[in-house]
Amino acid sequence: MLTAILSIAILGILFGLGLGWAARKFHVDSDPVVDQVDAILPQTQCGQCNFPGCRPYAEAIAAGDAPINQCPPGGEAGVKALADLLGLDPMPLNPENGEEKPATVALIDEQTCIGCTLCIQACPVDAILGAPKLMHTVIAAECTGCDLCLPPCPVDCIEMIVRPRQDGTWTWPQPVAATVPGQMRTGVT
Amino acid sequence: MFRRRKDKVELARRAGDRLHRFHGGLRLHHYKKISCEIPVQRAALPPRLYVPLLQHTGREAEATVSEGQHVLKGEQIGCFKQLGSGCVHAPTSGTVSAIVRHPISHPAGEDGRCIVIRPDGLDQWLEQEPLADWQSLDPAALLQCIRNSGIVGLGGAMFPTAYKVQEASERGIHTLVLNGSECEPYISCDEMLMREQPDSIVLGARILQKAVGAERTLIAIEDQMGAVHQALQAAIDRSGTASISIVKVTTIYPEGGEKQLIQVLTGLEVPSGGRPADLGLLCQNVATATAVARAVTEGKPLVERIVTVTGSGVRSPRNLLAAIGTPVSNLVDQCGGYLPGAARLVLGGPMMGYPLASDSNPVTKAANCILVLNEDEIRRPQAEMPCIRCGECARVCPALLLPQQLNRSIRAQKWEETQAGGLRDCIECGCCDFVCPSHIPLVEWFRFGKSRLQELAAEKQRADRARQRFEARESRLARNSLARKQRIAEKKRALRADAGQQEKIAESIERARKRREKTE
Amino acid sequence: MSRHFATGGAPHFPPHRTVGSVMRQVLYALAPGVAAYAWFFGTGVLLQILLATVFALALEGAMLKLRGQPVKQFLGDYSAVVTAVLFALCIPPLAPWWISLTGMIFAIVIAKQLYGGLGSNLFNPAMIAYVVVLISFPQHMTAWPQPAELASHGLGPLEVLLTVFSGQPAGGLGWDAVSGATVLDAIRNGAAAGQSMESIRQSPAFGQLAGLGWEWIAGWYMLGGLWLLWKRIISWHIPVAVLGSAFLFSSAVWIADPAGNPSPLVDLLSGALLIGAFFIATDPVSGCTSPRGRLVFGAGVGILTLLIRRWGGYPDGVAFAVLLMNMAAPLIDRFTQPRIFGHD
Repeated sequence: MLTAILSIAILGILFGLGLGWAARKFHVDSDPVVDQVDAILPQTQCGQCNFPGCRPYAEAIAAGDAPINQCPPGGEAGVKALADLLGLDPMPLNPENGEEKPATVALIDEQTCIGCTLCIQACPVDAILGAPKLMHTVIAAECTGCDLCLPPCPVDCIEMIVRPRQDGTWTWPQPVAATVPGQMRTGVT
Repeated sequence: MFRRRKDKVELARRAGDRLHRFHGGLRLHHYKKISCEIPVQRAALPPRLYVPLLQHTGREAEATVSEGQHVLKGEQIGCFKQLGSGCVHAPTSGTVSAIVRHPISHPAGEDGRCIVIRPDGLDQWLEQEPLADWQSLDPAALLQCIRNSGIVGLGGAMFPTAYKVQEASERGIHTLVLNGSECEPYISCDEMLMREQPDSIVLGARILQKAVGAERTLIAIEDQMGAVHQALQAAIDRSGTASISIVKVTTIYPEGGEKQLIQVLTGLEVPSGGRPADLGLLCQNVATATAVARAVTEGKPLVERIVTVTGSGVRSPRNLLAAIGTPVSNLVDQCGGYLPGAARLVLGGPMMGYPLASDSNPVTKAANCILVLNEDEIRRPQAEMPCIRCGECARVCPALLLPQQLNRSIRAQKWEETQAGGLRDCIECGCCDFVCPSHIPLVEWFRFGKSRLQELAAEKQRADRARQRFEARESRLARNSLARKQRIAEKKRALRADAGQQEKIAESIERARKRREKTE
Repeated sequence: MSRHFATGGAPHFPPHRTVGSVMRQVLYALAPGVAAYAWFFGTGVLLQILLATVFALALEGAMLKLRGQPVKQFLGDYSAVVTAVLFALCIPPLAPWWISLTGMIFAIVIAKQLYGGLGSNLFNPAMIAYVVVLISFPQHMTAWPQPAELASHGLGPLEVLLTVFSGQPAGGLGWDAVSGATVLDAIRNGAAAGQSMESIRQSPAFGQLAGLGWEWIAGWYMLGGLWLLWKRIISWHIPVAVLGSAFLFSSAVWIADPAGNPSPLVDLLSGALLIGAFFIATDPVSGCTSPRGRLVFGAGVGILTLLIRRWGGYPDGVAFAVLLMNMAAPLIDRFTQPRIFGHD
């Protein structure tokens, strides 16, 4: 009887120590959920999700206060990534927040610009340069294509254009391939 | 396998003492003899030369001539200032008739700007200034000369040579490797060059060796290039250089790839994402060496190259010395034209070459071979079968990848898995594609996957910057609004402290009250 | 005038083999073994191959049609034929026709097509089929014929036909007249009865080295397998690992107790070990793909087979061993990824 109790106790202590050791040894430091969500969001800072920026939306998602389908710039792929991260079912984008569009940048028509600085104040990433009564211009490399500079412009001199490709780069197309195995492939690049 | 760089560099010093194997690869039929029977001939100048401004890695050069201007052979017509080495020279004397967008031999089949030159038939050189005595010059002067001559890697990479040499010399190079093992079937331009101009290659080797500060040079040739060995050896003996030696490597595709050749010579692997310089080695193509020799000793920039025009769809295959910018159609015509059944035009070899949609494409500095393949020698549009996991692709992969797993993760868009699977280490040699019984276009998928990985990395970088800038702005706005609040509070406090002001305020309030009562 | 060409991705050379050609070569490699089989045991095996192939192709065609896949292209890959032939070689040559039908339903419909067809099956279809019929119809699946020299009555082609389609030996003969214990049965029963190897070897089923007739068939299978190796249809890893591990395991047990265990040679040449090593375990779809993974996979098959032979409930264990290792294959692959070029 005594041996039985003792041996069980010793085993229990040993396993307990082992588990404790393993918990420390294999401890994985993970980012707080907010950071992980924020890393997936595209950082357009456009506010289409009805939050003032990506970070606030990430906080709301992490707290469970907002659904994951309110980010049009992130698109379906973004929703899927969020669903994977949070263990939720992927859902279609909420059309109330907008549609998924190709990436754009703002372009100021410098002839029309009157130098009112309203767009500069609206830009969430400080990507517009200029001074009062002087012409403004967009730093295309920093522009996230959020559209926020469009409404305040009194002379409608800002246009959103498809983001130009970086010089000297090109991409290979997705092969025309059988998504269903066995479909015919035509030899094209 | 882990060794420090220093140890690896020491091991690499023994390069060539013993030959090693690289993993996988294919023994392909060479098809080289058909284009080696006639000596290299100079191609006639076409009525129009289309000289692309993009003949190096990176961005297009800017034209430095204008329409209607007369240029001499060897005159600079395009220059790319940022790297300082992507310059382009007039391949003959004549008039610039236009600067247009034209199909260039771009990997993805895109157009590029070309300077169109109408030759005047005189082929008159710009006055040349060869370096007086290269042996007494310091490496910097040699590099300057190489840079100004517009020399890029002629094996097909088009990487600016001066840049590569300079970067390597900063890391310390002990051995220069001249790559004469053109492993792709059909291509024979380097073999012909080594046979016919061995002295020029040896001279180029000596110059490059000095420019990079290497102790010795290895010229790697294939074991099936019979006459080349004697020719090169004789040239080395004539030059009286003891530091140059020849190594014969076994012909297994793709042993001419830089990383594979280094593995064959040293048994060491170039670290992932690294350069041969990490092992103290610099690799250059043999044709690049002759271009260097010409630039330094004769003052002639790179305006022509040997091109193999061959394949089952060409009447009489041969090697031609062609001016850069010569349309492909012109060269094919000089080889007797197409044979009936010619079905594909390839720039480069049958394994890695780029398909050309039209033969109006001009010859570029990287154009080692114009290959015309017959109907029955190319892959027909065919049914792709599902992968049966036979593992042949992994067996032949020189980069030790598992192509079928990469294929699966790319198609499933699992980009993290793709990256972990080493897609970036794929050299696109096409071995896996060639052996796949299911006819899966693996290389096409890998190229697409690489593009996507690059895009995603760029996207991530962009997002990170946007986040930073957004946060910086938020904190600045918060700071400003706090400062404003403080200012207002301070003003109020100041007003309250001043009795005279307080009185005035009371008066004005009183006035306002009376006015209101009056109106009511 | 510029001329235009159709473009296509590199490499431009056509691929040098197809799934169909690979599978056909597997069939060619089986031919010598099949011929030896027919030589020693009569034409039954040929009839079984024919039956299984017809059933397999019919079922595969029907399933492809149902799944909306191109029928002609996939029937032309010969994978169903390979499955059918391997199955037919595993069942007794006088088994009734519906054994084949049941087996092929499980192999083609369930194990292969319901999992997604060629390339998607988790388990070796032929072995699934074999195990299903072995467990469901044990009496039919253990009626192995005697080699011609031992049988009191050799069956002609017509009698074979009648036997297979009626389910009873033709000409009023009993099953005892045409069938007998195999070597593995003899070893198993002998060991259960406490006999020593010496006396077990006196069983008429034994030939020079192992089973009478079977030793030759195994040899011919091995020759076909070596041809496949030479043609680079299969890699050496799995056959070497299966046979090597089986040999080592068997030797160890035999050295420990020579009287109670058959010699390693008997083990290697009996049952389905050789055809298993070269033709069954090498099925690429359900096995491992990385070279080291294949070694582990093969070693697992070899050792499990021997474990089942010695201490399991069946005289042979190749089918069970292969299926068990199929289950482990993804895990093995995961832990045996090769090092990538240029990575330490």
